[in-house]
Amino acid sequence: MIPLSWYLYFSAALFGIGLFGALSRRNAVAILLGIELMLNAVNVNLVAFWRYGDITMMAGQVFAIIVFAVAAAEVSVGLALVISVYRRRNTVIADELDMLKW
Amino acid sequence: MTPEQIIFLIVAGATLVSGLMVVSTRNLVHAALWLVATLFGVAAMYAILNAGFIAVVQVVVYVGAIAILFIFAVMLTRRDMRDSGPQHNKNWWAGAFVSVLTFGGLVALFQSWAGFSKTAAVIPSGFDAVGLLGSQLTSPEAYVLPFEVASVLLLAAMVGAVYVAFTRK
Amino acid sequence: MNFWNDPLKVAAEWLEGIFTGWGLDAVFAHVLVVFLGVLLLITVLMVLDIFLVWIERKIVARFQDRIGPNRVGPYGLIQPFADIIKLIIKEDTTPDGADKVVYNLAPILSMMSVLILWAIVPIAPVMLGVDLNVGVLFMIAAGAIGTLSIIMAGWSSNNKFALIGGFRQVAMMVAFEIPMLTMLLIPTIFAGSMNMNAIIQGQGSLWYFVLSPLGALIFLIAIIAELGRAPFDLAEGESELVAGFNTEYSGMKFGMFYAGELLHAMTFGGIWGILFFGGYRFFGLEQVSPFLAIAIFLFKALVGYWVIMWVKYTMMRIRIDQMLTFNWMFLTPLSFVLLMVTAFMNALLAGTPTWVYGIGMFLSNVVVGWIAMELVRSYSRREREKIEGPKKVAEAHH
Repeated sequence: MIPLSWYLYFSAALFGIGLFGALSRRNAVAILLGIELMLNAVNVNLVAFWRYGDITMMAGQVFAIIVFAVAAAEVSVGLALVISVYRRRNTVIADELDMLKW
Repeated sequence: MTPEQIIFLIVAGATLVSGLMVVSTRNLVHAALWLVATLFGVAAMYAILNAGFIAVVQVVVYVGAIAILFIFAVMLTRRDMRDSGPQHNKNWWAGAFVSVLTFGGLVALFQSWAGFSKTAAVIPSGFDAVGLLGSQLTSPEAYVLPFEVASVLLLAAMVGAVYVAFTRK
Repeated sequence: MNFWNDPLKVAAEWLEGIFTGWGLDAVFAHVLVVFLGVLLLITVLMVLDIFLVWIERKIVARFQDRIGPNRVGPYGLIQPFADIIKLIIKEDTTPDGADKVVYNLAPILSMMSVLILWAIVPIAPVMLGVDLNVGVLFMIAAGAIGTLSIIMAGWSSNNKFALIGGFRQVAMMVAFEIPMLTMLLIPTIFAGSMNMNAIIQGQGSLWYFVLSPLGALIFLIAIIAELGRAPFDLAEGESELVAGFNTEYSGMKFGMFYAGELLHAMTFGGIWGILFFGGYRFFGLEQVSPFLAIAIFLFKALVGYWVIMWVKYTMMRIRIDQMLTFNWMFLTPLSFVLLMVTAFMNALLAGTPTWVYGIGMFLSNVVVGWIAMELVRSYSRREREKIEGPKKVAEAHH
């Protein structure tokens, strides 16, 4: 049998990778890719806790499904913003979008 | 090592390697394709966890919609097909430090938790997870309100996304 | 349990006995037998695929008043083998600036997205790969891989026609996935399960085609769009895009796209048969022998495939804006309305005798379809009047 710790290690590692991507990438689309990895790591945790707890309590799976909806909403709005910014400023590099810095 | 554990290790290794490729590869289309590989790995993880419905929904929603959206966005936001310049900002070492710290912190936190090395109970035969999930999602005593709120959020986000990305002629 | 009642299980047990007799671990022997079963299924499908080339060419020839392949072998039966030899010995080209790994992976994924569907297709009561309780959703998940393969092919070819074709195809597949998924929910409502076998078992007294003819029709339109066949073959519009996403592919890589498309068409014909025409069921004949059940299923799959071909070789290609308008303005709202009406009628007619249930469902479908057609007709009349001006009375008599 697989102990719960393996899933937790796995999702912590995936979360760390996603965090690194979100913090260090220059391209705005790539930052969103990192955020997706983090959301997936959270979802693995939710489903693992469902499986290793009382399986008649569906809260883990229900929240995993809600995270899917939130992820879809986040990606659609995020990518719409990126495309809109690209049309106006002709760049998607997060460092160059600094008009609010003044 | 049971066969189950070997499968888990293979899937986890492949998923983490593709996750690393997502954040490190220079070509953004490749990064999006590596993301697809990672998402498949996570779907396999759900399948190992006996959550078949979540695994299939993961493929439908993430691979079928979100990954395609990413690939479109990458293609629509580049001046040419080559990627020039560094892909990571100059503070990437700080990002790496913070993420390693997060991982270490989480692991340290896990170690102090009693239920850490718990193993799963055997699923009783005839247990219908999908049916239970469906009735809980639509039952007023359970999760119908969060479910409806999530769908309203999704609708609002879609309307907003269309409005933001719309070009006025 | 003898061979003629459950051939696969008997063969698997026999093989497992042999493997454990060689001193193999029981778990390992089981995995090996399952692996061999998958290999057998894929081999049978690929051989079937070869003959689908012949069937397709022969039938298109009859539609176009020709004879079709008739030189190699009796009735041209050996023709597909000649085609394959030609494809294999052709030069395998890779365009300059192509993304090599992605370019080579795309046809494999395209083929995979078709073969993976057969994991959940019940070809006989006792023969199916996985008895998945989310089988219907699995179909959509497999379609997601197909979408991915097409965008990979279009992007990695480094060719603007391939990219435009890929974009068109993906826009179409993502759009038509919505009515398709909605229509998949209609058999799910009737059967009360997403399991393919349960859906077939639920069609004991009435085919779901009788209960929901409109649903079957919308599903057929959606699968034709998913396949990218005429009238939805604008992704490979020869007059504008050379050949769409597979422009740069040659030899066997093109062959994989082509064979994948044929097998996909036949698979979708089979799934249409399963969801709306009772799959392997035919007046209790499937109980006689699993082999008869396979024959019934194959017959229904080929009839479905024939209908898809019939549409392909009769209709003309529509434009991309027409396709998107048709889907988003007509098919998607119609499928949502139909789903709601079906769910409502299902709750209303619960507990009534089968004939009341069947007639009620059928009539509700007819009414929904009639209202939709009337709305479309009045809309098209208004559009026409906007362009041509109000129609003169004299002209109407022509």
